[in-house]
Amino acid sequence: MAEFWEFIREPFFITLWIVAILVPLLLGVAYLTYAERKIIGYMQVRIGPNRVGPRGWLQPIADALKLLMKEIIVPQNSNRFLFLIAPMISIAPALAAWAVMPFTDRLVLANIDASLLYILALTSMGVYGVIIAGWASNSKYAFLGAMRSAAQIVAYEIAMGFALVGVLIAGGSLNLVDIVQAQQGSLVHWFWLPLFPLFLVYFISGVAETNRAPFDVAEGESEIVAGFHVEYSGMAFAVFFLAEYANMILIAALAALMFLGGWLSPFEGTWFESWFAWVPGIFWLLVKTSLFLFCFLWFRATFPRYRYDQIMRLGWKVFIPITIVWIVVAGGLVVGEVGPWFN
Amino acid sequence: MDRLSNFLKSLTLSELRKGLGVTGRHLFRRKITVQYPEEKTPQSNRFRGLHALRRYPNGEERCIACKLCEAVCPALAITIEAEERDDGTRRTTRYDIDLFKCIYCGFCEESCPVDSIVETRIYEYAFEERGENIMTKEMLLAVGDKYEEQIARDRMQDAAYR
Repeated sequence: MAEFWEFIREPFFITLWIVAILVPLLLGVAYLTYAERKIIGYMQVRIGPNRVGPRGWLQPIADALKLLMKEIIVPQNSNRFLFLIAPMISIAPALAAWAVMPFTDRLVLANIDASLLYILALTSMGVYGVIIAGWASNSKYAFLGAMRSAAQIVAYEIAMGFALVGVLIAGGSLNLVDIVQAQQGSLVHWFWLPLFPLFLVYFISGVAETNRAPFDVAEGESEIVAGFHVEYSGMAFAVFFLAEYANMILIAALAALMFLGGWLSPFEGTWFESWFAWVPGIFWLLVKTSLFLFCFLWFRATFPRYRYDQIMRLGWKVFIPITIVWIVVAGGLVVGEVGPWFN
Repeated sequence: MDRLSNFLKSLTLSELRKGLGVTGRHLFRRKITVQYPEEKTPQSNRFRGLHALRRYPNGEERCIACKLCEAVCPALAITIEAEERDDGTRRTTRYDIDLFKCIYCGFCEESCPVDSIVETRIYEYAFEERGENIMTKEMLLAVGDKYEEQIARDRMQDAAYR
């Protein structure tokens, strides 16, 4: 018996860990949809959902139940296997990337050395779900959506990768925990200041990567109905939805970790430091993540969709040159040991 | 010089920040939503909703079957058949309005020489079966009887402009 326990101990605790990360994540996704509808509603001078439960708090639960009970329609001429596996391909990387997400310096499921590389690799996997969904649906709108998505991801992946190269130059490590710890000091020690252009490029590429407005040409309701997921209904559609929002949270959390000092207190190194010493680090991480998530929603409420050629121009002719130049600058800052960040 | 300033403008995202400012300000604006079943927007006394046929105070129906409304109706929604009554007056035997055809233009009301056919303020009605969209003479008279007070008050208010 003891031997058996010894054998399953580690898988058991890892499973517990996964549940402890994924359940709050999925709840976060559910309430992100609620926050989105509320915030965009407020920005349009309306009040958003307020009928289900007090102030509409049960709205996401009602939505989830509705989607669960709807029929999943598989088009007759679609590729059934690919059609059904595509949502899973798109959600798996969105959830798997959370394995290396550090919530505080000790609260990490897998504190691996190349966690930044792992995340970069997994976030680019997500596009396969979109492409396969578009292909398997055997519908021209879905196919157009998938094509656009593929082109967009290729363009923005490069800029995003270069932005992360800047971060790893500044942090001197591929490990997310080390990168955050390299930002210790105070608000101005965080990497958003020395890597400001990379920070902007990273976040904007992140918006593009998650197919969010104003880069949502892959969905483009007004042009190609719903893009890659026109043919999906019920739970199969809900899984795509889930993946999109989980990716948003992931990008927001990563931006907070790499550029805004993750779990580090914003009052560090100031007069107020001792006042806020009791606040757990995970709280600051959540606050910073929410800030970026709010920006996602704010962008969606503000900007009209980019035209396809403008997206390509922005990705190839603006972001990539900016990141390349700033990588050189960042290298110079590190070699020159410019303070207060690199001395 | 122009190109340089344009370049700087786009690089600093100034237009985008301006846009964000607009939506950001609206986030805190007072919301103008009217929560419909509980709250309703104010209605004009000239509101053109469901039709009604009116009666004189002595209970006699106003309609004299002149068929002006039928003639003026641009959607051909009104069907009238008339006959002489025992007391020698002309009255309708059939007065149907097809609400699916009706465009609520109010011409019938304007054309009526005896203020018989009117459009009331009622707008919350629905049909569950085919055929319910035809308002017969009895139904129209019933609406008129029920809302006569409101109808009379609305015509009174508007009298100076008619």
